[in-house]
Amino acid sequence: MSQTPLEINAPVLDLNSVITDPDTRIIVCCGAGGVGKTTTAAALALRAADQGRRVCVLTIDPARRLAQAMGLTELDNTPRAVQGVTGTGTLDAMMLDMKRTFDEVVESHSDPERAQQILDNPFYQALSSSFAGTQEYMAMEKLSQLRAQADADGRWDLIIVDTPPSRSALDFLDAPERLGSFLDGRFIRVLTAPARGAGRGIGRLLGAGFGLFASVLTKILGAQLLTDLGSFVAAVDTMFGGFRERAVATYELLKDPGTSFVVVAAPERDALREASFFVERLDDDQMPLAGLVLNRVAQARMRDLSAAEATVAADHVAETSPATASLLRLHAQRQRSVGDQERLAQRFIGAHPSVAIAQVIALPEDVHDLNGLRQVGELLVGVGTPTSEES
Amino acid sequence: MLHIVSGKGGTGKTTVAAALALALAHGGKRVMLMEVEGRQGLAQLFDTPPLPYEETKLAVAPGGGEVWGLAVDPEEALLEYLEMFYNLRRAGSVLRRMGAIDFVTTVAPGLRDVLLTGKAVELVRRKDKGSKSPYDAVVVDAPPTGRITRFLNVNTEIAGLAKVGPVRNQADSVMNVLRSPQTAVHLTTLLEEMPVQETIDGVAELHDAALPVGGIVVTMTRPPQLSDEDLELALIDDLPRSTIAAAVASAGLGSARSKQGRGVTDALLAEAHDHATRVRLETTERDRINQLGRPVYELPFVSGGIDLAALYDLAESLRQQGMA
Repeated sequence: MSQTPLEINAPVLDLNSVITDPDTRIIVCCGAGGVGKTTTAAALALRAADQGRRVCVLTIDPARRLAQAMGLTELDNTPRAVQGVTGTGTLDAMMLDMKRTFDEVVESHSDPERAQQILDNPFYQALSSSFAGTQEYMAMEKLSQLRAQADADGRWDLIIVDTPPSRSALDFLDAPERLGSFLDGRFIRVLTAPARGAGRGIGRLLGAGFGLFASVLTKILGAQLLTDLGSFVAAVDTMFGGFRERAVATYELLKDPGTSFVVVAAPERDALREASFFVERLDDDQMPLAGLVLNRVAQARMRDLSAAEATVAADHVAETSPATASLLRLHAQRQRSVGDQERLAQRFIGAHPSVAIAQVIALPEDVHDLNGLRQVGELLVGVGTPTSEES
Repeated sequence: MLHIVSGKGGTGKTTVAAALALALAHGGKRVMLMEVEGRQGLAQLFDTPPLPYEETKLAVAPGGGEVWGLAVDPEEALLEYLEMFYNLRRAGSVLRRMGAIDFVTTVAPGLRDVLLTGKAVELVRRKDKGSKSPYDAVVVDAPPTGRITRFLNVNTEIAGLAKVGPVRNQADSVMNVLRSPQTAVHLTTLLEEMPVQETIDGVAELHDAALPVGGIVVTMTRPPQLSDEDLELALIDDLPRSTIAAAVASAGLGSARSKQGRGVTDALLAEAHDHATRVRLETTERDRINQLGRPVYELPFVSGGIDLAALYDLAESLRQQGMA
């Protein structure tokens, strides 16, 4: 498949080098919702495996057909081998089961009796399965589990993660730190105070304002609810310590030079704006950015024939060959799309001139099988793109 | 009326919410357009400075109507909530010192959703001195399809935790409005496989949660440029090449034998094939959308991005299609 990318003035992102470099241990695909993150993650994983890497890909919420393409028929939170890898590499794929991941955290950090208490608590059940945002914590938790397993048994030498469709693409980066500051904060100690039976002692410990605070909470939540919440928090208190350490460790892992962030965007205003935020944030946090995947760009054909020329020509043949006139108008429309996309991309490049970019043309159909995924992989690494010497 | 607009990322959710608000305001109505995800997408769209957490006039509609905007800030919404229900606004600084505000607004996003849905319902139920509603309609630019049911249903979770008391009462009253015929959840989609599948799944989830599904808005449509007959020929690469090559030559784009002329003809035929493939897929996806049995509205693709003028055009189109 040949592709003619947009004419933009940015360094080219060589994703093949990224995925084949043995020093690359983690690749994080991030970006706004609906830009093709999951497909990008899966396609990079397959290509890396085809080239001999032992890969695990963690997807968050794959489209049904993409999941089927990888043989992911059940959501059991366990990496399963994907059949059909060519060469010596291996590919395992999994879908994140947020509730089960949370359950596993509880079970691994408390004795069985305590664990059961927590799992049965209605607050825990609401928090683990229903509250938005838990996904961000759990994706990071799962990444750290997979990495620990890879370090322990050498099953994988590359882990590729997709990121949750968050309110903001940055949410998952903030999740561990938020949790950390929450656990360091006084709020959690206030919540646990009634269950500890510390009463006034805790009030002194926390300083002025506690009395008012407790009465505010009681007034808002009701005494019974507050007590329930308190005993829940007390029950999970012991496990939070380990959870927190891991959250912080995961954050550090993301800063490791063995990690590569791939920001995915469609050539649209909102997606590129989100990508800009992301690139800046990664820079602020000193996290290693590989570059931007500009996904679903319009496939340009016959760039020399401009939209204006095509429109003039269409008018000229409108009488004699209406079909040709329609084709010329179609071409004009496409040229305008390409032009729009190039302007949007160039605006991003203006703000981030050093960010390398890989382009992937829009495919008419979604990925249905491994070969479709392989094709996306080829486009991602630039197979079929004319090089400057050829053109 | 409360209109909740959701849709997969990249399908034009914010644009549709804004166009719907303008359409509803047509002819002298006052409409509130509310943003909940902190992206300042409305400010971008209406080309205004970032919206404060304050009801701000955004635009006028044809015939004297007004669209007001509000970007909800969860922290402010919490303080407002405390004041409204408990007369406790002054407790804010204590709560902040204790980390409770952070907890509610960032650590526990479920609680954030409680505040956001609560705010939307408050706007709908608000009465001014003459016990008249200040807004004829409220439009919410809501979270995407994948999270919309959980977002709207969060108060049911709260009701499951708090059996009695003020929190329970508030949760129940919010759910009552969200489940009433006063509310409609609209979903935006493109005519592509993945967003359509998400729309179908979203409708089923909303239905299961007893939340009222409104219309489906298909965005960025492009009408077929070729006749049905030519589309079929293009699909099997059987368009009359020599005729087209001759027409290309007559338009001065290169003779049929020249490299230039052949290149143009090849490109036009390839583009026709791409186009026909796309039209066929769109037809399939449109059928799947129609099978949902919900009202379907279509908005055309706008070249060069959405500006205010384009937004008014889209609003007019929605109005003519009967969405407002």
